[in-house]
Amino acid sequence: MTLNSKIPAGKLESKWKDYKSTCKLVNPANKRQLEVIVIGTGLAGASAAASLGEMGYKVKTFCFQDSPRRAHSIAAQGGINAAKNYQNDGDSTYRLFYDTIKGGDYRSREGNVYRLAEVSASIIDQCVAQGVPFAREYGGLLSNRSFGGTQVQRTFYAAGQTGQQLLIGAYQALERQVALGNVTQYSRHEMLDIVMVDGKARGIIARDLVTGKLERFFGHAVLLCSGGYGNVFYLSTNAMGSNVTAAWKAHKKGAYFGNPCYTQIHPTCIPVSGDHQSKLTLMSESLRNDGRIWVPKKQGDTRKASDIPEEERDYYLERRYPAFGNLVPRDVASRAAKERCDAGYGVGSSKMAVYLDFAAAIERYGKIEVNKQSIENADAAKIRELGEGVVKEKYGNLFEMYEKITGEDPYKLPMRIYPAVHYTMGGLWVDYELQTNIPGLYALGEANFSDHGANRLGASALMQGLADGYFVVPYTLGNNLADDIRTKAIPIDHPAFVAAEKEVSDRINRLMNIKGKESVESFHKRLGKIMWDKCGMARNEKGLKEAIEEIKALRKEFWGNVFIPGDINEFNPELDKAGRVADFLELGELMCLDALNRNESCGGHFREEYQTEEGEALRDDEHYMYVAAWEYKGDSQYELHKESLDYEVVHPSARSYK
Amino acid sequence: MNWKNAFSTSIGKKLQMSLTGLFLILFLIVHCYINAQIFYNDGGVRFTEAAHFMGTNFVIRTIELGLFAFLILHVVQGLLLWAKNRARRGTRYAVSAGNQTSRWYSRSMALLGTLVLLFLILHLSKFWGPNRLSQTTGHGELDLFTMMRDEFQVTWIVIVYILGCIALGWHLLHGFYSAFQTLGLGTSKYKGLLKGIGVAFSIIVPIIFALMPISFYMGWIS
Amino acid sequence: MEHYTMNLTLKVWKQKNKNEKGRFETYPVKGISSEMSFLEMFDVLNEQLVAEGKEPIAFDHDCREGICGACSMYINGRAHGPWHNTTTCQLHMRQYKDGDTIVVEPWRANSFPVIKDLVVDRSSFDRIIQAGGYISVNTGNAVDANSLPIEKQKADESFAAAACIGCGACVAACPNASAMLFVSAKVSHLALLPQGDPERKTRAVNMVEQMDKEGFGSCTNIGACEAECPKGISLENIARLNREYIGSVFSGSSDKA
Repeated sequence: MTLNSKIPAGKLESKWKDYKSTCKLVNPANKRQLEVIVIGTGLAGASAAASLGEMGYKVKTFCFQDSPRRAHSIAAQGGINAAKNYQNDGDSTYRLFYDTIKGGDYRSREGNVYRLAEVSASIIDQCVAQGVPFAREYGGLLSNRSFGGTQVQRTFYAAGQTGQQLLIGAYQALERQVALGNVTQYSRHEMLDIVMVDGKARGIIARDLVTGKLERFFGHAVLLCSGGYGNVFYLSTNAMGSNVTAAWKAHKKGAYFGNPCYTQIHPTCIPVSGDHQSKLTLMSESLRNDGRIWVPKKQGDTRKASDIPEEERDYYLERRYPAFGNLVPRDVASRAAKERCDAGYGVGSSKMAVYLDFAAAIERYGKIEVNKQSIENADAAKIRELGEGVVKEKYGNLFEMYEKITGEDPYKLPMRIYPAVHYTMGGLWVDYELQTNIPGLYALGEANFSDHGANRLGASALMQGLADGYFVVPYTLGNNLADDIRTKAIPIDHPAFVAAEKEVSDRINRLMNIKGKESVESFHKRLGKIMWDKCGMARNEKGLKEAIEEIKALRKEFWGNVFIPGDINEFNPELDKAGRVADFLELGELMCLDALNRNESCGGHFREEYQTEEGEALRDDEHYMYVAAWEYKGDSQYELHKESLDYEVVHPSARSYK
Repeated sequence: MNWKNAFSTSIGKKLQMSLTGLFLILFLIVHCYINAQIFYNDGGVRFTEAAHFMGTNFVIRTIELGLFAFLILHVVQGLLLWAKNRARRGTRYAVSAGNQTSRWYSRSMALLGTLVLLFLILHLSKFWGPNRLSQTTGHGELDLFTMMRDEFQVTWIVIVYILGCIALGWHLLHGFYSAFQTLGLGTSKYKGLLKGIGVAFSIIVPIIFALMPISFYMGWIS
Repeated sequence: MEHYTMNLTLKVWKQKNKNEKGRFETYPVKGISSEMSFLEMFDVLNEQLVAEGKEPIAFDHDCREGICGACSMYINGRAHGPWHNTTTCQLHMRQYKDGDTIVVEPWRANSFPVIKDLVVDRSSFDRIIQAGGYISVNTGNAVDANSLPIEKQKADESFAAAACIGCGACVAACPNASAMLFVSAKVSHLALLPQGDPERKTRAVNMVEQMDKEGFGSCTNIGACEAECPKGISLENIARLNREYIGSVFSGSSDKA
């Protein structure tokens, strides 16, 4: 099967406009007959479900959490990009498009990314209309800040809780549709398989996590908005429940998995404190606007940060990348931190951390305040006090969170940070319409592979999730469902549903009957360690090959020795987790396979064999300018399909932030 | 929204408590003012004059009917709310937060209110009841000043009165500000002011009331 | 900061499901590091239980960074434990010392029935939002975001109210099991913005009616909700909800809102 990305013909700027003007529509009376299933209620899922409900489709939403509002989009801190150019600093749709393409290290589709940049402005309008309380200036207009990888201020934010506010906006829109009867909401439900009828996705099997019962649901189309798979690493900034199961089930039913190895390691997270660590906490990238990152110039320096004089500090990002300094993209910043720590310059008890220091910012802001308030002869303490006030206003909640977790006061001591798994650019392969290669099956938001190439820029995930849900899928779904208006709802006693449910039920029984000795958690940790060590921030052929074997062995061990307490027909979080870890154990292997196949370094994928003399990523556009779309062919059998990336407007060059 | 519905929701009932409570607070001010006349220590002349006005003026007597209606509403609604709210937590906590998260008197309004009510019944049966009975049966007003002086020679009655005033003070300490919060005035601008007045009111008014039996008992007033 | 390890005794509420009666179980836990979060301490305990072939304790949790609102433990009489402005997942073990006994209960309210152990059903909050906690604007209807300037102070106040994470600590902490702080946070968030103005009268009334219907207690201005709210939602929001309610009662038609 050849991959058809269905990018509309025509000039880049007019592709989406032309598509919208010519795509097929479904009339209101027919929409009422068409049923859509939405898996996941984060930004992509909630916005899609709400918009489709408003249009008149009969929508069902599913989330494993106890309420749609808890989806992990809620944890995004920093902001959302939009090419509004409210700051008059030269931003434009093209520039956002260009920055995103470049940030993604030339591994994304021009057509998709341009559309994303194009609809970005509408997202802000829509969110404001919904009542999202973005930060504002004294004149009452919206405030912006800058984010890594860009030179303009295009990031809209709501303190350090932007994701929360956007999600609550989408959630409220969704609840409104529930109240109007257009959407039926199933919380504490987990999708466990796709039901295929005549080669099309026509429904799902879901498990009610409270009763443990399997249920069948029909839909003319199924939208997977189930997020990313960063938890394959065990430790990540993802929520504990975030998982790949929905996407992986779709993959096993035939949907291709695109670029699974593209993982984003976020540079500013709170370092691991011990073996007990269950998850990692991100400190928003916005901190890099004011914080300066450094390590001691001397290897193995054990002095306290405050005892290290200025000239003995190495502000390595400012040194290596003078043009962008501390605001280089995430992949670059993360690798640079790892490089310093590996070379023995790390700080803290684990030596796997670097400093993020606000002393300079506090002093700078303090002086500005002194000027503003015309205070004469202000002493250092006064300047500090005023400066801390400004920093508190900007980042107060982040500083508080840091203090709660570490017990250290970041106003006095520099924060210790280290990179952590944060986002997965890879995901289900989709075409321009966000449809996977399975007709009727769509993937939105982080669950698809589409817009961020090999590295996502900060504040772009929220943008993409909402773009897909509010402004893309409502059109593209209609274009396809227009051909389905004669398809009557398929009764759920159809053999395909029965067979799918049996498959799911058999697997659950198999899991429960292993009755081994080792906990699910323990297997997950072991998988995470393999992934982090060998398929993490830096990868090499030898390590990846070892990892593949280790994962295979671990998977075998899992299916022979996992212990799941409790019963099937009850609320059983251990069983839920077991199913998810079983899927991660398969995905991990594919990620390594993909990383092994990609003999180049690009974005979040860094192969040690392919780097410049200065240690920068070395792309191989001649051989690897393609999307790797993997087809599942059976246990450990994957076939690679390549979708070549054709750049018509941007000319890929070595990505430089120097 | 029609009036019936407006006062039957949880906020509606809260408004009933707030408005009747405020009316009772107004009553306390008047009552306190009238009774404080005894402190002239003029053998009850000014007090009797004021009591006569209150006891015979047509307008005041009409308002008195309203006062009773509001009092009953406040009591009944308060007890109903208490019973209902209590039932909202089927299983009780094994460990409770106690005073770490709220004040004991805020949590004990029904108890304090009941104590005030019991005291009130005693109080009414001592003064207001016999007086109105005498009035309606054509025997004219009683000499309330003398009645007070006699009653407040009895130790247990004085103690009960003092306890009643203490219960009233705690009840007001929550109730005064709470009434305004319910009316939506608990904003950053008014909060401090209202709380301050509330505390002052809840201390001063019960003390004045308590001083009456004490003064008679100690013989400060004759 | 000095790190240390400790041994603790946990008394945890165990309840098989909604219909069965629950009881406390006592568990010793050993070797807890002061650097762990409270939930990581539960992870250790659960791993220990699984290793013994026993059923672990069910509890709700997801983001573990204090924002999703899933975690919900009533710890030694305190919703989310003793730290101010902190969710259970952000409470860290340096709060405790060797030998401590910790009693952990679920949120207790009739409107939050127990699903299992420490997990409760908070779908009543979703239904309250469905009753009016939104602005009725369909996708694509919006005007340019900056065509609607909003006074910074109001935008900030609105944001402060919108910071509610819907965890239900207010209900858990309230002696009346009232959801007023939750409802008032949403009503305030939207009433403070011009976008929320057209529906403000019906919103307040409808949400309050739904809150009553769900069986929450009524607010008696005790203030435990504010003291325990992990996001510092202020009682001023309840005052605002009261104003909104009074405003809709005393104006408009006598029709049902």
